[in-house]
Amino acid sequence: MQALTNRGKEVSRKPMSFMERLYIPSILKGMAITFSHIFKKQPTIRYPEQKREFSPVFRGLHVLNRDEEGRERCTACGLCAVACPAEAITMEGAERLEGEENKYREEKYAAKYEINMLRCIFCGLCEDACPKDAIYLSETFAPANFTRKGFIYGKEDLLIPDPITAPEEFAKARGAHRNN
Amino acid sequence: MTLLAFDWILMVEKLILIAIIVFASLGIALYTTFAERKVAAILQDRPGPNRAGPFGLLQPFADGLKLIMKEEIIPNSASKALFILGPGLAMTAALMTCSVIPWSSHVELFDRKIDLQIADINIGILYIFGVVSLGVYGIMIGGWASNNKFSLMAALRGASQAISYELAMGLSLIAVLMISGSLSLKTIVEEQMAAGSMWNIAYQPLGFVIFFICALAECNRTPFDLPEAENELNFGYHQEYSSMKLGFYLFSEYINMIMSSAVMACLFFGGYDIPFLNESSLAPNTAAILGLLALLTKIVVFIFVFMWIRWTVPRFRYDQLMNVGWKKLIPLALFNMLLTGALILWKQG
Repeated sequence: MQALTNRGKEVSRKPMSFMERLYIPSILKGMAITFSHIFKKQPTIRYPEQKREFSPVFRGLHVLNRDEEGRERCTACGLCAVACPAEAITMEGAERLEGEENKYREEKYAAKYEINMLRCIFCGLCEDACPKDAIYLSETFAPANFTRKGFIYGKEDLLIPDPITAPEEFAKARGAHRNN
Repeated sequence: MTLLAFDWILMVEKLILIAIIVFASLGIALYTTFAERKVAAILQDRPGPNRAGPFGLLQPFADGLKLIMKEEIIPNSASKALFILGPGLAMTAALMTCSVIPWSSHVELFDRKIDLQIADINIGILYIFGVVSLGVYGIMIGGWASNNKFSLMAALRGASQAISYELAMGLSLIAVLMISGSLSLKTIVEEQMAAGSMWNIAYQPLGFVIFFICALAECNRTPFDLPEAENELNFGYHQEYSSMKLGFYLFSEYINMIMSSAVMACLFFGGYDIPFLNESSLAPNTAAILGLLALLTKIVVFIFVFMWIRWTVPRFRYDQLMNVGWKKLIPLALFNMLLTGALILWKQG
């Protein structure tokens, strides 16, 4: 029969020599190998104390952005929902009223904005689609939850803290590589 | 009135000694489980248990607590009395060995000379062999009482393995006994300590290698852990066991390991002898403490080698096990015995 690949190797069926049958030399050799591992560097990261940095292109949990005056950027245009291949995003728009200029950047805003984290595939297409730089994927991932409902993140979960009233939380939520 | 002549202080002294030795061996066994995990980890480039307490030092207590808290399950089809007897027997047999091991020379306290050995019986090493062979009943009874085919297979394997390797062990021991001319462990150690004499390993290197391999098999350590073969027999004889009964089985294995290390240290490595040091020049109490430390060091080294082997070598196949035992070790041990005898005769002229 012709072999499918040329990588096959014939199994050696030759009986063991006397030294091989003694087992002890090869056992000692093996023990030397394991002993040398005592002096090797451990690749372990001691997790809660030590954390491995995410890569700069890591796409984690979504953040709804604000501008530097603390106004929500989202205009509920729906481009992110259209771009979303997993159909995880739903939203409802509303018109900005008089006196709300300090809350919303433009005349229209998202009254409801939900992302189903069980559907989301964290592809980042919403971030690419957004013309207002209102949504981006942060450096953390969605934590575990007990219910399916708990994975539907609303505006209160997604919106970034106000840069004016809570600058520290804002910087933290923005993440390391977006701050510079 | 002969009862009154009984040496009550000796009795108290021995009871205290028994308590100390039993609890010390339990404590050491506790930390041997920890050492096993740590050694395994270090040999595999891992940190090992490091969460409970500093450097994970409280891990054995956490493990013990976990085992005690677990639900006690006795299968319906098991024979209950034997099922409970099994782990107890394994543990008792493991602990009984420590009674004849000379832990050190003697201390002088309250004008009394206290030997650091529970019983210096003149058949010490035979006693150890007897008790160790009792230990296999723990495995047998556990495997039988579980009423489970895997456990039974493991029990059969354990029994046949113990019988095959005890033979070679005994034969290699005879050569040592020919040199020392005594069955008492204390005498064997003292002869190795005497000025001008070397440790028995110098006279019996082959005997030691055979004894060591057989000790591995007797303790059911890898590469001879066929009775508990995880991947073929599902933990073997203690598969049906849970809670502290399982703990007893696991524990007795570690105590066995300590005891066989101690026996090997006594038979081949001079027991509590410190090399290149004349103990009789020291105060007896200092000598006793240093001797104890020396013996413990030897035991720790042996235990490390046991673990080192475990995390290097995979398990033997059953036919390989039997081949090694019957076709290699026993002829070698016989050859060693004859050679020793011939050399002793030749030396005597």
